[in-house]
Amino acid sequence: MNRINNKLKEENTSNNKVEKLLSIYFTAGYPKLNDTVSIIKDLEKSGVDMIEIGLPFSDPLADGPTIQESGVSALQNGMTTETLFSQLENIREDVGIPLLIMGYFNPIMQYGVEEFCKKCDKIGIDGLIIPDLPVDVYHQKYKEIFERYNLKNILLITPQTSEERIRFIDSISDGFIYMVSSASTTGAQNSFGESQINYFKKISKMDLNTPQIVGFGISNRETFQQATKLTSGAIIGSAFVKFLKENSINQINEFVDRIIK
Amino acid sequence: MKNLFHADKNGYYGEFGGAFIPEMLYPNVEELRKKYIETMQEVSFQKEFQQLLKDYVGRPSPLYFAKRLSEKYQVKIYLKREDLNHTGAHKINNTIGQILLAKRLKKKRIIAETGAGQHGVATATVCALMGMKCVIFMGEIDIARQAPNVARMKMLGAEVIPAKSGSKTLKDATNEAIRDWINNPEDTFYIIGSVVGPHPYPDMVARFQSIISEEIKRQLVIKEGTENPDYIIACVGGGSNAAGAFFHYLEDKNVKLIAVEAAGKGINSGESAATSILGEEGVIHGSKTLLMQTDDGQITEPYSISAGLDYPGVGPQHAHLFTSGRAKFLNATDDEAMQAGLELCKLEGIIPAIESAHALAALDKMEFNKEDIVVVNLSGRGDKDLDTYIKYFKFD
Repeated sequence: MNRINNKLKEENTSNNKVEKLLSIYFTAGYPKLNDTVSIIKDLEKSGVDMIEIGLPFSDPLADGPTIQESGVSALQNGMTTETLFSQLENIREDVGIPLLIMGYFNPIMQYGVEEFCKKCDKIGIDGLIIPDLPVDVYHQKYKEIFERYNLKNILLITPQTSEERIRFIDSISDGFIYMVSSASTTGAQNSFGESQINYFKKISKMDLNTPQIVGFGISNRETFQQATKLTSGAIIGSAFVKFLKENSINQINEFVDRIIK
Repeated sequence: MKNLFHADKNGYYGEFGGAFIPEMLYPNVEELRKKYIETMQEVSFQKEFQQLLKDYVGRPSPLYFAKRLSEKYQVKIYLKREDLNHTGAHKINNTIGQILLAKRLKKKRIIAETGAGQHGVATATVCALMGMKCVIFMGEIDIARQAPNVARMKMLGAEVIPAKSGSKTLKDATNEAIRDWINNPEDTFYIIGSVVGPHPYPDMVARFQSIISEEIKRQLVIKEGTENPDYIIACVGGGSNAAGAFFHYLEDKNVKLIAVEAAGKGINSGESAATSILGEEGVIHGSKTLLMQTDDGQITEPYSISAGLDYPGVGPQHAHLFTSGRAKFLNATDDEAMQAGLELCKLEGIIPAIESAHALAALDKMEFNKEDIVVVNLSGRGDKDLDTYIKYFKFD
């Protein structure tokens, strides 16, 4: 069974108090080219449940300034798809939590979609998040390849996604659904407003088969708790990337403690 | 219409096209996809569109027989005078169409990207005309080198926001416009300026620009007794003027289509924008097409002396016309284009946009029969390029 499914099952069955899953995004190759492995290890040690490794892209359409800048730095540092794969080659000797790669479609296309998936499987990557690979193209063209290499393709929904489409996405999803908290690019917000809370409630009432994890706009304990009240977990990206910009990578546990301790 | 070269229902031209967009944009793009053809075909839409093209843009634009240019190249050359349109280029055909669509979709706010500023000016113009709020994204570097167009947009009431990400030029302005659309999904309409972006944009923009080939057909019958020239030549950056000039001729293979890309300082100089030669299949701005990129799939920055041609991709229809061989792709360097531009000034008294000068530069690279009829799409006028002409030829 895939580590993502396992993790979500585990979180749901740890009876007494329901543990919510904390997932952290960071951009591979940032702040330094070879920080990737130590960031992953430190995140796991600090109690993070799942990690999204960002494959940097020159033109990240769905990202706000913080993640854009980290991507520019990472590319300047020399990060490439091949480099990332070689950094991650032995990651499963030390790291047990689910690992996903989040990246845009063009670099994956250039690598070759099947080759990319094969490599991910070999390393022990559990899933992919590709914001600009549309649901229908994935469904018709790539689903079979992803499944062949045991990769969950994580699909997104937003407050503007219609109920009918959410049902469709739920029907072809496995692992979790990435619930974008608001109509926005990535970036930290200080708190969630009424419309976002209502959106969380609406989705919760739909009683979907696939667990939902909220992303975009989660930056601190308050937003983490708000986002996970009705969902299985939340993803923090920009706030963590910003933390890495301003602090040493040896202080990762401080960041995580502030969210979940 | 036979459909070898137009978009299929999912927006594909052969292998190219589609809508590779993040889920955040899906509702907006889907709404447009469902409604654009139906809305464009409404009688009231067509009436308003045609009226504005006639009275406001000044259409039909003349099909001018360029006598002295024809003598030089020993062939019959006609210029389709898009440079005479209001705002000085073909761009306004599309912005008029899209803003009428935006109004019918009850949108309140218009956003657009611009490189050299021509599409930005054409968008700001129609926003003023319709009384709509207008926000233009323009690369920080382009803002610095296209000051007169920035001033025009501001006079017309638009807010110009500098794109400071990436290479700070057209592709980044497009990224910023798309990000703005993600952040404002309800009230905002994105007027894309070329035949690029996710379906239905390439097809929609081509349809709005197709007035060009529609008029060429009518005008050529009167002048030459035939609707069909032997050649149509147009420059290609994203490719909207070429898409419009080719549109009604795509399925008629007797008409040879010539697309001219910007070779910059030379194809192999590392400073070029000849996407068909230097590009590989990939996804840019929501469309699968040919684009200039590294082996690792990072999009690279093109170069041309002409700010309107330095786009790292090309519209998906053009990618298909190139790979299928339906259009022949040539290219012109900065030097060749500048000389061709100056030649038109001296022979015909017309100062062309440097973009259009690339199309003219192709004349010298082709072999014609004396009786051949050639239509060059003169997509814009050169007023905006005076600084570049002055510096290049040292007129000051």
